[in-house]
Amino acid sequence: MRVGLFVTCVNDTLYPRTGQAVVTLLERLGVRVDFPMEQSCCGQPLFNTGYRHETEPLMLRYGAAFRDHDYVVTPSGSCAAMVRDNYPRLAAKAAAEGRGDELSEVAAAAVAKTYELTEFLVDVLGVTDVGAYFPHTVTYHPTCHGLRVLGLGDRPRRLLEQVKGLELRELAGAEECCGFGGTFAVKNPAVSAAMGSDKARAATATGAQAVCAVDNSCLMHIGGILSREGSAVRPVHIAEVLAGEEGDLR
Amino acid sequence: MSSGRKGRHVGSATGPSDQADGGSLGRPHSATYLGMPAFPQAAAVSTRDSRLRSNLRHATHTIRAKRAQAVAELADWDRLRSAGAAIKDRTLRHLDHYLVQLEESVTRAGGRVHWAADAAEANRIVTELVRATGETEVVKVKSMTTQEIGLNEALERAGIHAYETDLAELIVQLGDDLPSHILVPAIHRNRGEIRDIFRDRMANWGRPAPEGLSDRSADLAEAARLHLREKFLRAKVGVSGANFMVAETGTLVIVESEGNGRMCLTLPETLISVVGIEKVVPTWRDLEVFLQTLPRSSTAERMNPYTSMWTGTTDGDGPRFFHLVLLDNGRTDTLADQVGRQALRCIRCSACLNVCPVYERAGGHAYGSPYPGPIGAILTPQLRGLASPLEESLPYASSLCGACFEVCPVAIDIPEVLVHLRERVVEGGVVTLRGTRTVIKPARRHRAERAMMRAARWTFDHPGALRHGQRLLSRTRGLLPGRLPGPGRAWTDTRELPDVPAESFRDWWARTRGDAT
Amino acid sequence: MNTAASRERILGRVRRALADVPHDELPEGHPVARDYLSTHGQHTPIESVDLLARNLTDYRALVHRSDEAGLPVLLSRLLAARGARRVVVPTGLPDRWLAEAPVDIVTDSASAALSPGELDAIDSVVTGCALAIAETGTVVLDAGPDQGRRSISLVPDHHLCVVRIADQVVDSVPQALLRLAPDRPLTWISGPSATSDIELDRVEGVHGPRTLEVILVAGDPRPTSAYPFDVRS
Repeated sequence: MRVGLFVTCVNDTLYPRTGQAVVTLLERLGVRVDFPMEQSCCGQPLFNTGYRHETEPLMLRYGAAFRDHDYVVTPSGSCAAMVRDNYPRLAAKAAAEGRGDELSEVAAAAVAKTYELTEFLVDVLGVTDVGAYFPHTVTYHPTCHGLRVLGLGDRPRRLLEQVKGLELRELAGAEECCGFGGTFAVKNPAVSAAMGSDKARAATATGAQAVCAVDNSCLMHIGGILSREGSAVRPVHIAEVLAGEEGDLR
Repeated sequence: MSSGRKGRHVGSATGPSDQADGGSLGRPHSATYLGMPAFPQAAAVSTRDSRLRSNLRHATHTIRAKRAQAVAELADWDRLRSAGAAIKDRTLRHLDHYLVQLEESVTRAGGRVHWAADAAEANRIVTELVRATGETEVVKVKSMTTQEIGLNEALERAGIHAYETDLAELIVQLGDDLPSHILVPAIHRNRGEIRDIFRDRMANWGRPAPEGLSDRSADLAEAARLHLREKFLRAKVGVSGANFMVAETGTLVIVESEGNGRMCLTLPETLISVVGIEKVVPTWRDLEVFLQTLPRSSTAERMNPYTSMWTGTTDGDGPRFFHLVLLDNGRTDTLADQVGRQALRCIRCSACLNVCPVYERAGGHAYGSPYPGPIGAILTPQLRGLASPLEESLPYASSLCGACFEVCPVAIDIPEVLVHLRERVVEGGVVTLRGTRTVIKPARRHRAERAMMRAARWTFDHPGALRHGQRLLSRTRGLLPGRLPGPGRAWTDTRELPDVPAESFRDWWARTRGDAT
Repeated sequence: MNTAASRERILGRVRRALADVPHDELPEGHPVARDYLSTHGQHTPIESVDLLARNLTDYRALVHRSDEAGLPVLLSRLLAARGARRVVVPTGLPDRWLAEAPVDIVTDSASAALSPGELDAIDSVVTGCALAIAETGTVVLDAGPDQGRRSISLVPDHHLCVVRIADQVVDSVPQALLRLAPDRPLTWISGPSATSDIELDRVEGVHGPRTLEVILVAGDPRPTSAYPFDVRS
């Protein structure tokens, strides 16, 4: 099977370690991934802010980049949700405007083969023990799009529970949004920060060394508040936990 | 003080008894809502109100767990939810048919049906109906619709005093306040504040609060009982909304808890119900879905204490005259939008408010309308049109976390509609305004953002340029200040920026995996 | 005020708004899947009555059990315990129910209707009901002869409601709607009046009767007073 990595623009630019961790992890599990260079952004920040027409070229680009792949794996719940939930919606709207055969084809193909990392591990590869070692206390924040749009359920937890050395701490109010919300973070900074502060406080209260999630965008927000507030809790993407062998947090 | 209350009128702590001329009891709430700041500005103030934050947190967290438990009791919840959505969709797709059928049924049962295209017309109809009775006061059942049209203020201008009888509406009315929640309009008040309002204000409106009133919920409820009883017993005109109207039978349904609804629906001689046209359901049987989903979603009860159902008038029992005022006021405009129309399924349970993390922090007043929270963020801009910076800001008053959609008992995909309305704001498009299809232009204030989004799209569509940008960022990463100037401050005021890596993922891939591009 | 013109305007707007709905789609054409349950769980009649009692109690109604023979003594005891002196009843309430009660009985009827003020001076009301719903802990009054005008079971602070378990208990809301007549004024009562308006916390006792006592009476089913109205037929 041919597996493509959709690393996402945020990870590409700011969190390359997460992308590297996905490659390490999948290769350890015997899966060869490739990275089509023509990929860029799924278009979520544009689409969710209302710029639907600006999103279309990026959707076509996604379709072209992964045309020949059987699976696309992405270390982001919200980008996977963009592809699976919004690409069909975008194609339907274009069709209603008398355009969009190509968009509809892209949407259908993309929905069928796009997987968030933990879904790919559990559903496609059928593993929960990925042979990871991560000797730290960790609390898990289920991000909204992973939880409610993709329906990741307990997949991330099942993976984390199998990691050697890892101690999982319960996060109070885990299913509440952290307040990132893409451009929401800057359009409604007061509410966004208030939500983030509550999340950061809950993470700190667990006493864990790290707060883990399937989305670096949410972690960028939570981590930005944690570090501004002087908390010792560090954000870490689940891919980096699952890729862990040496057990070094940063 | 929450910013939402900033615009309200002051100095009318006196009750209507001191306003014999009837003319100066403050401006209508609708005018108060108008001119309110956009959501981000209002929320910036209200999120700093620690008492408001704590009141809302306490109340919403109390109800969340209870709702989840009440819903979990029904193994077929998802099917009831789908059926509720389907019944509402069936109604909306043939709304003209069901409205005409409803009119026939209500008329046959002895009621009179009036049609109001907008708030002004509805207020005019109700005012004239009350005047025709010769009465100068009415008792009211809690009604979102009459809040929406500013009925109390319109009646007051005509010299008719409207007494709110729902406990929370009473708190709002006595406190000269605005409602901030669909189910519990005084949710922003804690029991101590309510005690103070009762103690200080009840005497101006009728029977004073008992001496030495405590802040126990039971004592506060008792005070409201005593205060309102004399008003119920002498009332000749009742005004209500309705939760459901059954087209097939002409039956109206009101779901309540306190018994104030029963009082207003049965003791007066004349009953006037102002109901939005979307509240019709086709058949009697359809109630079997909503009477299961509404109480559990709303107050987390298996069934609310009282549900009243009446069909026209009944000889010797209850009001002799029944008027139904069917209200449009932007609903047909909402209906014309194929994506946005699902907002009209709403049964006003308020589950979406109770679960919303944005509502919990910002409070209801920041939404600038009687419809706060997630449902308000999609309903208000559609009912009123994208008329001002406030309405334009509401679709953005959400992190799109999806909790509202998850709990909605009629499966309104609120995030979908929010994004759809954002598109109308920044890209423009076809909307219907007071029945007329119009193409609106992109909102002007988003011009700079649009340029930025276009640039971002261009960059993302040219991976070579993206790579150059990433390299530039990496090379200058030491130069980034901890706090950004200009629009970047919105991030760095409360959050550190992430560290920029020395090398992007794609550069790492190219370097290590031998791709030379 | 030309509400007829507004009628045409609103209906016209509705029709234009629905331009996307196919012209040949009938109102019933949009599918509604009624695959939800008609009852939640299978109950024997005894279990249904127990569930009703449990759910009524859960929302602070006081539940008593009796048989037909014991009903007058029980009602008498409950009214005495309450200290009730004046009791309002509807015209169709069986005389023997209150034969033992040492109270002034005021009979309310459409032709001799008590004013709201007169009702306010009454201590208690005794009624029957149209039916009761086990799953939700609800009694439904339909203004039948043994229930009377809606206001008599509203204004007094103490409501005693008699439910015949042999023929008046249904399991679920769908079953209840099937048996109720929509052209009668209906009042569904689930516990005493209550409010959640203070901090979204439920407290009992506002405007409606603050004490609701439900008496579940065992005995042979009598010819049912349910109305043969079924909109599904």
